[in-house]
Amino acid sequence: MKKRRAARLVVPEILSIALFLLFLFPFFIVVVNSAKAPFEITQSPLSLPTDWMKILLNVYTIWTSANVQYASSFMSSVIITVSSLVLLNVLSSQAAWVLVRTRTRLSTGIFIVFVAAMVIPFQIVMFPLLTWFREIANLTGVRLLRSYAGIILAYIGFGMSQSIFLFHGFTKSIPFELEEAATIDGCAPAQTFYRIIFPLLRPIHATVLVLNGIWIWNDYLLPLLILGKGNNVMTIPLAVSNFAGAYVKQWDLILTAILMAMVPIVILFLFAQRFIIKGMIAGSIK
Amino acid sequence: MRKAKHPAIFWLFLAPVLFAFVVVIVIPFVLGAYYSFTNWSATARVGDALKLVGLANYAGILRDPSFTYSFIITVVYTLLNMIAINIVSFGLAMLVTQKLFGRNVYRAGFFVPNLIGGLILGYVWQFIFDNAVPSLGTFLGFASWADPANLLLAHNTTALLAMVVVGTWQYAGYIMVIYVAAIETIPQELIEAAQIDGASTFRRLRSITLPMIRQALTVTLFITLVNSFKQFDVNVSLTGGGPSAMFLGQPIYGTQLLAMNIYNQGLKSDDMAGGQARAVVFFLVLVIISVIEVSVNKKKEVEL
Repeated sequence: MKKRRAARLVVPEILSIALFLLFLFPFFIVVVNSAKAPFEITQSPLSLPTDWMKILLNVYTIWTSANVQYASSFMSSVIITVSSLVLLNVLSSQAAWVLVRTRTRLSTGIFIVFVAAMVIPFQIVMFPLLTWFREIANLTGVRLLRSYAGIILAYIGFGMSQSIFLFHGFTKSIPFELEEAATIDGCAPAQTFYRIIFPLLRPIHATVLVLNGIWIWNDYLLPLLILGKGNNVMTIPLAVSNFAGAYVKQWDLILTAILMAMVPIVILFLFAQRFIIKGMIAGSIK
Repeated sequence: MRKAKHPAIFWLFLAPVLFAFVVVIVIPFVLGAYYSFTNWSATARVGDALKLVGLANYAGILRDPSFTYSFIITVVYTLLNMIAINIVSFGLAMLVTQKLFGRNVYRAGFFVPNLIGGLILGYVWQFIFDNAVPSLGTFLGFASWADPANLLLAHNTTALLAMVVVGTWQYAGYIMVIYVAAIETIPQELIEAAQIDGASTFRRLRSITLPMIRQALTVTLFITLVNSFKQFDVNVSLTGGGPSAMFLGQPIYGTQLLAMNIYNQGLKSDDMAGGQARAVVFFLVLVIISVIEVSVNKKKEVEL
């Protein structure tokens, strides 16, 4: 019986391996062509490179390219993604908590408006957002275009609805007695939340981090509008598109830039694979 | 227990998100709705006296073949993408929920494309379609593949299909993960009982697996539908909207999806008011899709 079952799994195993290789084939293409010279790419884009050391030269070219500004773009992407994620997790979870624990019409109304806002596509607010952010700078002197503050604020605005929705669902399932005990022991409300509830929300924190992390790190349109291409604050996707626009069809260098954009994410994924996949599932089933 | 109806902590904890919500969503949303009825332009300021033009911007959409064309191909793209992604990801999920040696490795491999942004993926596939595929053709003995006139991205229909290929490759792993989670909740006894009763694989799929994952199916269909409809990044980097084509007697971009059409109308054609009116139409379509989704879900809950 056992042997038969094993034999039956040979076909799916081979099929899976074939599909696995097919899925990773584009990554293979990126890696081998990042180690080629331009003429080598046009002649044989599928073969292994003749000289792997060429990859260092290409990486050096991208590293020093004024269009990419790799180190600075990478840092900007990290600053924007991490700040947005931290703020989204803290602010959405505390908002969800007071919305769950305050049972009034106003509280329910606010929650419903937040949830309804999930339907709003970026496209309908993107043009007015530009005019409006420019106006805020004129009125108050606070610069939101081409600044970290502006883009992080935008990510909080666009990410909060879904995050609050996720936290709200989970917070509801936490028994109220837990908080009562803390209150009797003399905990202030804010303390009760941060000491007792916040740590219990861990699975949802994971989901909010993963869903928003993948979105914010890779997002192109919002940074394109708020930061613009070729400014001192650029994200990795902006940098890649800026380079691809300036070096049309110079695939050896474009693919190297892409490789350098991919490597950090793939490394992060290898370390946090279980965490990421679990977070993805929890977020989508809700 | 509560003295005030809304204690200080209520407003204190809500204030930051309310602020972000009002500044980033509410105000631009209201401004945008208003602007779509005016002669608004890129350089206009919030306080400027804009001229109300009634429905002129919306009437302009009806007279614009490029928007009609974008709308049609976006619907086609969305349907094809939805079907392709769901079939592929369900197949992958069926594979990796069996007791295979490398199933965790396969799962990770299928998921990886989802971590990389659509913009970057689009460039990679542009290279594959323009360079790797012709080279593969030469290798396999199909010389015609290498003819520049036969490149997949050189024709509207095949370029649109190319976008479906990239979209499927990008999302299949993510949707697969949702199916895997659903399939793993199916009690093993159910499948074993069916096996003992002599049910074929196909029969088990139809009578056990599919009914048991129906809830996941509504989720995945909705996610793929909305994401495909909003596609922008892959469109920009893979085809850039091209190649050009003729539609209703006018030259238009052959693969320009709606999101790109809105962007180009507003910023490239410097017609912010027109772009905004297009965005309002885009938004209304998404609202209709969401309302349908919610009502379908409600109905299902009643049935259960």
